Amino acid sequence: MSTYSDPYAESRETTEGRVYSVTGGDWDSLATEIGATKEERVVVNMGPQHPSTHGVLRIILELEGETVTETRCGIGYLHTGIEKNAEYRSWTQGVTFVTRMDYLAPIFNETAYCLAVEKLLGITGDVPERASIIRVLMMELNRISSHMVALGTGALELGALSPMIFAFRERELVLDLFEMISGLRMNMAFVRPGGVAQDIPEGGVAKIRETVATLRKNFKDNEKLLIGNTIWMKRTQNIGYLDLAGCTTLGITGPVLRSAGLPWDLRKVAPYCGYENYDFDVITTDTADVYGRFLIRMQELEQSLRIIEQACDKLDKTVGQPVMVADKKIAWPSQLSVGADGMGNSLAHIREIMGESMESLIHHFKLVTEGFRVPAGQVYVAIESPRGETGVHLVSDGGTRPYRVHFREPSFNNLQSTSAMCEGSMIADVIGAIASIDPVMGGVDR
Amino acid sequence: MGLEEKLPSGVVLTSVEKLAGYMRKSSLWPATFGLACCAIEMMAAGAGRYDLARFGMEVFRASPRQADLMIVAGRVSNKMAPVLRQIYDQMAAPKWVIAMGACASSGGMFNNYAIVQGVDHIVPVDIYLPGCPPRPEMLMDAILKLHENIGDAKLGVNRARVVREVEAAALAAKPTIQITGLLS
Amino acid sequence: MSENKGSFGVAGSGDTSGYSGLVRTKVTPGSSERPFGGYFDEVADDLERAFPEFGAAIEKVVVDRNELTLYVKRDHLRSVALTLRNTESLRFEMCMGVNGVHYPDEKDRELHAVYELLSLTHNRRIRLEVALPDSDPHLPSLVEVWGGVNWHERETFDMFGIIFDGHPGLTRILMPDDWQGHPQRKDYPLGGIPVEYKGATIPAPSERRTYR
Repeated sequence: MSTYSDPYAESRETTEGRVYSVTGGDWDSLATEIGATKEERVVVNMGPQHPSTHGVLRIILELEGETVTETRCGIGYLHTGIEKNAEYRSWTQGVTFVTRMDYLAPIFNETAYCLAVEKLLGITGDVPERASIIRVLMMELNRISSHMVALGTGALELGALSPMIFAFRERELVLDLFEMISGLRMNMAFVRPGGVAQDIPEGGVAKIRETVATLRKNFKDNEKLLIGNTIWMKRTQNIGYLDLAGCTTLGITGPVLRSAGLPWDLRKVAPYCGYENYDFDVITTDTADVYGRFLIRMQELEQSLRIIEQACDKLDKTVGQPVMVADKKIAWPSQLSVGADGMGNSLAHIREIMGESMESLIHHFKLVTEGFRVPAGQVYVAIESPRGETGVHLVSDGGTRPYRVHFREPSFNNLQSTSAMCEGSMIADVIGAIASIDPVMGGVDR
Repeated sequence: MGLEEKLPSGVVLTSVEKLAGYMRKSSLWPATFGLACCAIEMMAAGAGRYDLARFGMEVFRASPRQADLMIVAGRVSNKMAPVLRQIYDQMAAPKWVIAMGACASSGGMFNNYAIVQGVDHIVPVDIYLPGCPPRPEMLMDAILKLHENIGDAKLGVNRARVVREVEAAALAAKPTIQITGLLS
Repeated sequence: MSENKGSFGVAGSGDTSGYSGLVRTKVTPGSSERPFGGYFDEVADDLERAFPEFGAAIEKVVVDRNELTLYVKRDHLRSVALTLRNTESLRFEMCMGVNGVHYPDEKDRELHAVYELLSLTHNRRIRLEVALPDSDPHLPSLVEVWGGVNWHERETFDMFGIIFDGHPGLTRILMPDDWQGHPQRKDYPLGGIPVEYKGATIPAPSERRTYR
């Protein structure tokens, strides 16, 4: 593969071999160059490290004064090779890898992956109802926490500092719930193929209801600060315009598509995990600008709270039901609980596999070391994550490890629209537009 | 400062060390170097509940020239490595590095072609903080340990002596495989 | 049908799972016969009506796990894509992305490019799959048909080496610009740096232990 000459990564041969410098050039030579052409165009790097907390995104801007004439995104600074690494891990271990792609919405990554594995296994109908309800509950909680980060950091980048503190305060309440249910605040590896890892603990549903009430009250703080705020509206209205034609060409989904007026939400048009049994609205605006997307995210918070309340009611009705698929050759065997040393398998489970049932022991051993076999084929499963459509293309060759795991992350597509949204606007609007796309670089680069 | 280089080892130098150490640790300004999931926990540590402002550290400086501490929060890919080194170089001494999370400390769960197996391949690290991601309280613990280190740091001739001693110890150290008696 | 030794889909890369003695025959779903079921028949009929060279362009149709995959010959890929997008009854406006899969066992059909299509008007999904030989990994670029595949094609090129002719700027997108090799191919090692500690060297994970 021949290398091509990159003006931003010039190379020179040294005694140590070829050395690349990724600095972008010497300012003096750049200034003389610009002076020579008598043009006012400057190429600026909003480099991979910048205070806009959207992660390691490099935006290459060609500026004429304050106006952006051309913008391109440089991505790949967080490429982790998760997809290749998952080919070397069993199907269940893949969950821990996949959960770290879009790290603000880990449950969505896990659920999409597990739904795809279950579709390949053919057990989509066998996943217990309580497992689906817990999945919906965790997904909607994650939607709230993800939107809180989006709103908080978006506001922070545009200069509003208090919404960030309020948003993180709300997020901490949700993270407390995550910790109670799954044990971890982030990257939980909670949704497993076949169901979920474990059931909601005692008193959990009551705590969830209490948190929902607190959140409903707390969301008003952010609303009062931003909605109708003249400065906020001036910074966000008519910025980052992308109409429906632009969205469909670029394959954009999620709040950006819904801000263009199309009520496309996979939870409604192609329901999964029992979403057809929940009563909620799809929020749409038709302004196709940053303000519209901001309003959509704020109102989706309320809809998520509604779904969580309905999920709590359903959980109360299904107490005691299993949360893992019944087929012992697939179901993740261990039951975790807080033991004498602070963690581990529950004593009841240990007693069963060591003392009572040889078959349980064999299942536990084989499932954890080798993993279950998935019949050959390929599937594509898509769910509605806070950023858009998260799709999993899973190829199996009949073995215990995936043959190919590919994630169609919404941020990857949505980021392509920065050029369409930002060219012709001013630098400050670039920040607003990208904040409204809400990209998560872990998902973009995988 | 220059002052500590001119003083001989003695009570004056020790007083300067104590004062400089106290000043440096009390308002350590981190550079924004959040990469992946650990960055979110770092932001949570700076937010309302786990408040970093009580240590004077809530101002995450965007410009590395104004920052003292680089908290490498998240996985460093091979594409990001030269950028990381450049930001580290642009920071003015004295500067410290916390490798936050398993990926920054050692590559974490991603032992593959794309991730640098530990940010100490690129920059010298003062504190390694494991976790995936570490809780905000764990990050604060690492920061407080770093504060202790900074407060106790020797300067001038004392520092040169300490550096010589550490280097001699490292050169004379036996390979791990020959060390006996550690488990007894 | 082919054989697979060991746990991983790759051989020669050091199977550390302990199951390297396993031998397994691999089976992939074959071509499907009509009726396909659901809306797949309608899609196939409409495509045949709108695209007269259906028989020459579509190698096989696979309906598996309630999903339709059309295996398209690469010379007809662009025209099939345009027909799928423009025909009123098909209207696949959105391409969710291009993905590559590497099958080193299928001689002369090693690299597959998979296109996921979505129709917003009819709420349908289908998949297009194109097989390419390793010796000639060229595909026409579909950036003019669906603009969103721009970065996806760059990623597929970066990870698999499939060259999209007509792409406005086909460069590496995820790996550093000067990287050699295409990482997600099956003949590319998982990697990892062999780290040296005091006197001992830890080899990369793909070379650590063999149980042969």
